[in-house]
Amino acid sequence: MNPEDIREKCKEDSVRIEGISKRFGKVQALDGINLVVEPNSVFALLGPNGSGKTTLVRILTTLLKADSGTAQVGGFDVVGMAQKVRSVIGLAGQYPAVDDTLTGRENLEIIGQLYHLGGKKSRARASELLEQFDLVDAASTRAKFYSGGMRRRLDLAATLIAKPLILFLDEPTTGLDPRSRLALWEVIASQAKDCNTVFLTTQYLEEADRLAHKIAIIDEGKIIREGTPGELKKCCGGESRISLTLYDRVNTQAAADALNSLAPGKILSSSETGTVSLPADGGSGLLSEVVRRMDSAGIVLADLSLKQPTLDDVFLAITGHTAEVSPAAGSKIAGEVR
Amino acid sequence: MMTSFSHLISDIAVLTRRNLIKYFRLPQLLIFNATLNVVLLLLFNYVFGGAIKTGGVSYIQYFLPGFLAQIVVFGSTQTSVGIAEDLTKGFVDRFRSLPMARPAFLTGRVLSDAVRYVFLLILLVIVGLVMGFRFDNGFLSIIAGLALIVLFGVALTWVGVFIGISVKDVETAQVAGFVWVFPLVFASSLYVPIATMPGWLQAFAKINPVTSMADVTRVLLLGGSVASSLWKILAWDFGLIALFMSLAFRRYNRMA
Repeated sequence: MNPEDIREKCKEDSVRIEGISKRFGKVQALDGINLVVEPNSVFALLGPNGSGKTTLVRILTTLLKADSGTAQVGGFDVVGMAQKVRSVIGLAGQYPAVDDTLTGRENLEIIGQLYHLGGKKSRARASELLEQFDLVDAASTRAKFYSGGMRRRLDLAATLIAKPLILFLDEPTTGLDPRSRLALWEVIASQAKDCNTVFLTTQYLEEADRLAHKIAIIDEGKIIREGTPGELKKCCGGESRISLTLYDRVNTQAAADALNSLAPGKILSSSETGTVSLPADGGSGLLSEVVRRMDSAGIVLADLSLKQPTLDDVFLAITGHTAEVSPAAGSKIAGEVR
Repeated sequence: MMTSFSHLISDIAVLTRRNLIKYFRLPQLLIFNATLNVVLLLLFNYVFGGAIKTGGVSYIQYFLPGFLAQIVVFGSTQTSVGIAEDLTKGFVDRFRSLPMARPAFLTGRVLSDAVRYVFLLILLVIVGLVMGFRFDNGFLSIIAGLALIVLFGVALTWVGVFIGISVKDVETAQVAGFVWVFPLVFASSLYVPIATMPGWLQAFAKINPVTSMADVTRVLLLGGSVASSLWKILAWDFGLIALFMSLAFRRYNRMA
């Protein structure tokens, strides 16, 4: 694409959604979604399983028709100009669409040919992407022998083969080990340039925070909050906290009092579980101060940890109920990557 | 318009090639498929051949032409499995989000299966010749007979495509295929002359396309008058293709 076209594309919104609703039987999967995604950015749709993320992606990528509302992708209507939309997008679904019996290179070349790049250009792009995604050594190996991380990379490479303007990634890192996840994050972050846009869905606050310029939180088919990662953290409990578990829960109130001046009014405590927590925005200096105060108050700690916020915390802050996602999985991942 | 037509052709070619590569990468499937057919041919000929009266001609002469037709009938059940497999692995979402021609995915599958049938037919003809089968007609008739079997295979493959796309999981696809295939194969003139069957079954066997196919193949390979069965089988072929191709495309386009 030449610079002229790019500037032209940059004037348009990458994705514009107006009043999209979709119902499956008794379930209202999407309920009047309005969203605008600007070019040259990473946009994250954050929500628990079953909140409607995949349904929205399927509508935007022309796989599914909405019951009402309209959506434009790359300036094209997803229903009226579906074939145009398909030529400017790349989609990596929740499960990698990798052909086990074909080699990594063949997988890429076939997708390139189906984008009508032609044989020669498909081969050239396949070579570039194998290089870029660190799959050169495995290029002639059947995908059957690829690890989970390699399959994801190959799948993502396939979606990039025609240099799509808008890249849709549906839970791109679900089920990946921390190292593969980090590698994939780097690739995703590098895609949002030259007016290209990344639209990703995730159930990990960590991931949205790390990658996105803008986040929309979806719950039961509705957008319940929208903003930059910074804004969401401030408004909705998206901050990390220092969490203390006391050896003897009788001391809960004493511990809360001793810490109060560090974060006036922001101390949370529960004498039932013997836990006390406070915002961790003071860095590691704050952590040592907490330990010092507990020592001088003579309060013995059973556990002291820095807790990363999860989608659950944010949901609790906004809706008063937790997200229907396994809390163990959420916090485990947040803990591993930082 | 011209570009979209050439895209259709090239997309079909790309996907046909993909499926053929897959067949040859997993030769076990093709080899077992071929072996099973050879074993069946040997078993039926040497176990039942002596007991079935076929009006003067040797059983292999009576049986092989129909057996060749049976290859594509059973072959089409594998199409359902292949389609169901692609559906479960997320390929369809990928393919449907590409600017490729919509009909290419299913059509590519059918064409690659047609190539598979040609391979199996050639193999089984060779085995038949070793077992004592002799062609008894002109070269062109023989080629026409084999081509008609492949066309019949294509028609049944569209049925298989529709089943695969409807059931969406591999195990069900496997069983679903056999449900309709067994009555078609056995209640026909393929293994035994239908005159030996009870009346109600004869009625079914007479309209059964496998009967027409077996009869036509017999005539084209061995000589005789072909006309009425030929029209019947052509009507079946194009009727099945028209019906199941449109049903399959409809379902594919609406798939959510």
